[in-house]
Amino acid sequence: MSAPLLDVRDLEVAYGAVTALRGVSLSIAPGEVVALLGANGAGKSTLLRAISGVVRAKRGEIVFDGAPISRLPPAQIVRTGIAHSPEGRRVFPGLTVAENLRLGAAARGAAKAEWLADRETFYDLFPVLRDRMNQTAGTLSGGEQQMLAVSRALMARPRLLLLDEPSLGVAPLIVRGLFKALASLKAKGMTMLLVEQDVRMALSLADRAYVLRTGSVVLSGTAAALRADQVGVAAAYLGTHQGTKPI
Amino acid sequence: MSPLLYLTQQTINALAIGSLYALVSIGLSLIFGILRMANFAHGDMMMVGAFATLLLVHAGVPFGVAVVGGVLIGALAGALVERIAYRPVRGSSDVTLLLTSLAVTYILENLGILIFTSSPQNFPLPALLDDVVSMFDGQLIFTRINVLTLAATGVALLFLGWFVTRTTMGLGMRAAAEDLGAANIVGLDVNRLIIVAFVLASGFAGLAGVLWAAQSGVVEPAMGFTPLLKAFIAAIIGGFGSIPGAVLGGFLLGALETMIVAFLPSSITPYRDAIVFALLIAFLLFRPAGILRVQGEAKL
Ligand SMILES: Nc1ncnc2c1ncn2[C@@H]1O[C@H](COP(=O)(O)OP(=O)(O)OP(=O)(O)O)[C@@H](O)[C@H]1O
Ligand SMILES: [Mg+2]
Repeated sequence: MSAPLLDVRDLEVAYGAVTALRGVSLSIAPGEVVALLGANGAGKSTLLRAISGVVRAKRGEIVFDGAPISRLPPAQIVRTGIAHSPEGRRVFPGLTVAENLRLGAAARGAAKAEWLADRETFYDLFPVLRDRMNQTAGTLSGGEQQMLAVSRALMARPRLLLLDEPSLGVAPLIVRGLFKALASLKAKGMTMLLVEQDVRMALSLADRAYVLRTGSVVLSGTAAALRADQVGVAAAYLGTHQGTKPI
Repeated sequence: MSPLLYLTQQTINALAIGSLYALVSIGLSLIFGILRMANFAHGDMMMVGAFATLLLVHAGVPFGVAVVGGVLIGALAGALVERIAYRPVRGSSDVTLLLTSLAVTYILENLGILIFTSSPQNFPLPALLDDVVSMFDGQLIFTRINVLTLAATGVALLFLGWFVTRTTMGLGMRAAAEDLGAANIVGLDVNRLIIVAFVLASGFAGLAGVLWAAQSGVVEPAMGFTPLLKAFIAAIIGGFGSIPGAVLGGFLLGALETMIVAFLPSSITPYRDAIVFALLIAFLLFRPAGILRVQGEAKL
């Protein structure tokens, strides 16, 4: 494995008295798609939030492209090349589709010609966004909002894309379309960390996966190995599995 | 007296006072939209803007330049208040925010009294602007300052409209008002957006203060209090947190007050503010979120 693009070391995060992550380590190689699985409340979103600097780690380190980022503010983390498509989409409902996309490029201070051109590429990737570009984002369907959230993150031209449950509240047919788009991104070399409840979908796209339970990594391996070991994955979810399986 | 001219006269009156309410309530709504905070110190930016203009005129600066300077100083004062007083308590409980903004109000007003005493001072309006324009044998009367108020408000609103729909920073400000957490995740510099919101809000309040002083002829440390209350009503009618709502609410309130004075018996006029508050309460019972509801309450 080449030098990791992202290296999370022994990360501990707490919300007040609630410890959400207890010593999580994880790494992602350039071009790799890594799935992060686990039951509700396992700490998946917390890990993504810690990577993008929205919540602060109590302990541990996050190294991106060789440089520690755990003390940088979110805006600077976006500028170094990490974009986050958050849980629940979080598009700006009163802003138009076009305006939402434009703001995705704001952190890196993109020139007008640049964000205009980038926006066209996402209108091409998701033509429905072009049809709806002057509509406010709040009027879009769940699936359309998800396409917008992913595109808004990509407008930052990230080297690492964090995706939190893109299938949440999205019709199955649309989810398939969305994952096809993600697969084409992967083919172009985009590195991704994908949080998903839909294990089958996630493992079909990912190269490797980690399973989190109550703030700890309880299982990790290649996607192929985990696909073959469905009993082990289910056990890790439920908490009957002990220890970490080496990759 | 011709009814048409009478109506025109009342419309001018309503627009002149409505403009001021709109200018003040925009800032209240802008800050509330982003920080969910009722900024009581907002009215004091009117005082800062008006006194700064007065001082500049006394120092020999031409009136027009002094007004621009006064507005800029008002804007700067708002930014300083945010940086010094509000940022340290950001994210605290509503009570903490409320007490902080009340404390800032007291400090600013007492500072005003310390420097300028609490007695009203004459606002040095050039005689030219104070001229009364009388048309149709005195059936239509307004001062030049009424016209200037409308023109200045128009320009300010056009600028604001352009800023929040065409510039990245303005869009970011609206985004922050809709979902501060998401704005943070997207990588918008939230601290900077908040400072800019305070600069805009306070600059508008400063402008309103200068125009208010020009219309009433005097400047005093507590001058922001009544307009602040009115601006709260205007912002709430329009939908607290919505910029178009604040503008709409400001002009509606101006129209309502003018109508009470113009069309109801003069014995009722002293109760104008009480009637307005009663109507506000009645209105909120039917439409608690205001005319233009604010979408997107999701917060991280
Ligand atoms: N803002 C918060 N304040 C307090 N506790 C929180 C907060 N956010 C999350 N938690 C707690 O931290 C733990 C991990 O939450 P997290 O959202 O990271 O889980 P998740 O794996 O993303 O779950 P889900 O699949 O439901 O999205 C949970 O116990 C949760 O209750
Ligand atoms: Mg989650």
